[in-house]
Amino acid sequence: MSDMQPTAPSFWNDTGKTGLTSWIFSTDHKRIGLLYFYTTISFFLVGVVLGLLLRIELMAPGRTIMGAQTYNALFTVHGVVMIFLFIIPGIPGAFGNMVMPIQVGARDVSFPRLNLLSWWLYIIGAVIILVSLFSGGGAPDTGWTFYVPFSSRTGTNVSLAVFGVFIVGFSSILTGVNFVTTIHRLRAEGMTWSRIPLFTWSLYATAWVQILATPILAITLVLVMAERVLGTGLFDPTRGGDPVMYQHLFWIYSHPAVYIMILPAMGIVSDIIPVFSRKPIFGYKMIAFSSLAIAAAGSLVWGHHMFTSGMSDTAVVVFSFLTFIVAIPSAIKVFNWISTLYKGSISLEAPMLFALSFILLFSIGGLSGLILGAAATDVHVHDTHFVVGHFHYVMFGGTGFAIFAAMHYWLPKFYGRRYKEKPAIVAWALMFTGFNILYFTMQVLGMKGMPRRYYDYLPEFGPLNLVATIGSWILAAGLILMLVNLFRGLFRGEPFDGNPWGGATLEWSVATPPPTENFEGEPVVTHGPYDFSGVKK
Amino acid sequence: MDQHQPHIVSNTKLIGIWLALLVLTALTVAITRVELGGYKVVGALTVACAKAGLVIAVFMHMKYEGVLLRWLLFLTLVTLAIFIGFTFFDVLYR
Amino acid sequence: MSGHEHRDDYGAKLGMWLFLFTELLLFGGLFLLYAVYLKRYPHEFASGGKQLNWVLGSINTVILLTSSLAAAMAVTSIQRGEARRTVALLGGTILCAGGFMVIKYVEWSAKFGHGIYPGSEHLKAGPPGESVFFSLYFLSTGIHGLHVVIGAILLGWIALKVRGGELNAGNNILLENGALYWHLVDLIWIFIFPLYYLIL
Repeated sequence: MSDMQPTAPSFWNDTGKTGLTSWIFSTDHKRIGLLYFYTTISFFLVGVVLGLLLRIELMAPGRTIMGAQTYNALFTVHGVVMIFLFIIPGIPGAFGNMVMPIQVGARDVSFPRLNLLSWWLYIIGAVIILVSLFSGGGAPDTGWTFYVPFSSRTGTNVSLAVFGVFIVGFSSILTGVNFVTTIHRLRAEGMTWSRIPLFTWSLYATAWVQILATPILAITLVLVMAERVLGTGLFDPTRGGDPVMYQHLFWIYSHPAVYIMILPAMGIVSDIIPVFSRKPIFGYKMIAFSSLAIAAAGSLVWGHHMFTSGMSDTAVVVFSFLTFIVAIPSAIKVFNWISTLYKGSISLEAPMLFALSFILLFSIGGLSGLILGAAATDVHVHDTHFVVGHFHYVMFGGTGFAIFAAMHYWLPKFYGRRYKEKPAIVAWALMFTGFNILYFTMQVLGMKGMPRRYYDYLPEFGPLNLVATIGSWILAAGLILMLVNLFRGLFRGEPFDGNPWGGATLEWSVATPPPTENFEGEPVVTHGPYDFSGVKK
Repeated sequence: MDQHQPHIVSNTKLIGIWLALLVLTALTVAITRVELGGYKVVGALTVACAKAGLVIAVFMHMKYEGVLLRWLLFLTLVTLAIFIGFTFFDVLYR
Repeated sequence: MSGHEHRDDYGAKLGMWLFLFTELLLFGGLFLLYAVYLKRYPHEFASGGKQLNWVLGSINTVILLTSSLAAAMAVTSIQRGEARRTVALLGGTILCAGGFMVIKYVEWSAKFGHGIYPGSEHLKAGPPGESVFFSLYFLSTGIHGLHVVIGAILLGWIALKVRGGELNAGNNILLENGALYWHLVDLIWIFIFPLYYLIL
């Protein structure tokens, strides 16, 4: 990894240690961030391959390339890998670790060794999940939600997979504890709460969700294991248990977890848009506040995943109503981004294109979420491909594209080399096109009634499924081009020095790539994060 | 908040709190041995909350910490209350 | 690397509290299930609760409260620079933890002896709510017991550091945090005890 780096002293080489062990046992937040980046992106690629296989299977009715049991296992593993091993740790673990301490003017996070432990727990959990696929009764086939009663009865290796997710949960908690403490305690002089960059603000809100919601996932997974191993019967109706209670517990975590995935993505976009518009962000305080509001409101709405599960009608109405509240802070963000663009001096470079497509794709995903959040319309589209399209718009079109934006925006800073602009834009155009062909078609299919997680379907859904599958290939082509261009650039591209984007947050004031110590001496902050008046591009 | 002065709690005070906790334990056992119906639950939980309050305030030094930790603890307890309370929108009206 | 770290005791304590919050919510999930199933099976929970030994439960409560006192006094002692006394008090806490676990063992074996354990034939044959009650009882006290063991090991490790002089009047945040963890174990028990042994 390290031998191709520029020779100027930086965190790549300035401690004199460049071997593998100096990385996997490093407590430097930048190195841990890169470890997280490479591991999460690897699991992303695994998930992408599984997703492409699923799309090929669904290209035509009936069996195409795999059997029904394989299909069940593949969509389960696709979900588990993408959610627990990619999106949740993706931004906080990778870019949060790399950028946040520098953004607040700190030398490192509050607990560097816990930070390393967090990455190791992530790796251990991931290995356990991988082992579960090839041992015992084979890969879990329950869907990533592990719903009882099926998950407590299926012969596949659910117990081990659940245990792996349990371990990954601890890694997420440690990141959350670390970030809240760091943001409270290690801000540089002059880094007041109203000067904290919005990316860091979003990580702060995210960290609270990680702290308060993840333990509920932990206990839920313990209960599933107990159900399978000890026969506790807490969710077994024949023994007085209630399967719907499992869904409550699961979504008490997993709905807020959606905000662990999307909030930091919003933070990335909030940091990129003003830089490429050469204008201070519009409504800084409202964007910061809306991150906290989304985190808070997002913890009240888990019941909207259960409208058709046999929950009481009162609860359906209450949760449906509360769901609409989340739309308010989300819309505040979207309108503020748009207002930032207004009369800005916009340059459409790769990070900006990804950030702008985030706004569009997230809005489509968010609006289709309202259709699902309204109890009456949800009954029509529940458990159809409409839902699959919806959350891919939010998770992939939202978080995924924000991660791509962050990769183009921040990675050159940490490598001191950059990618080529033209291929990056072509890759973006391919991905954007393929993405919409794939997932918009899915939403249409769902409206027409095609159920999700079904191996086979009626012939009338055939043509649209073919279109969606072709979309997935365009998307994949764009993805390959983007990654090849990006990594070639990072290792062999043109030098990236100084502050080419003209960012005003602290990470652009330190050397490129940053030294292990980040700052020479203690930084003193004298201006806001989007005050571009003194910034030289 | 930045100046963290360690506050030394005297042994006398700690032992006093311990005695109070023992008295409350005896009280909670006593009231639940009497037939009070549903008030048993309320009574026992009230005593438990009082005991928890003493442990948090004195044994865990919360009384001597800055306002930040208190707010964060409050936030956590509110979150837990919401998780349990909102589930009852389903359980009570099923 | 550590040469550069400036100590931030308040930060360390903040981090510990955040971790304690996660523990509260972890047990919170079990309390949630307890509340829901108590609402659904009040009679079965009552008859299940009556089968628990409230005398042993009370003794264990007293033991844990005493262990918490010792832990709190250990913090006071180290702040006053009394290392030997600190170690002795921590030893007392660990001793209490041992006593607690022994009584727990006696209770559990008595239940096992009556054929009451998760998934047992006896519970399967009984009313559904009773099985739920005992499953929750074993899970809650089991996970709590695990925390008692972890806490005792943690405090033992800290006591060794106090004896070695690594922790002292000027540098004792580790002991403070260890004690905080121990108090949390106590706090959880303060709620488990009335909910399972007394209310019903």
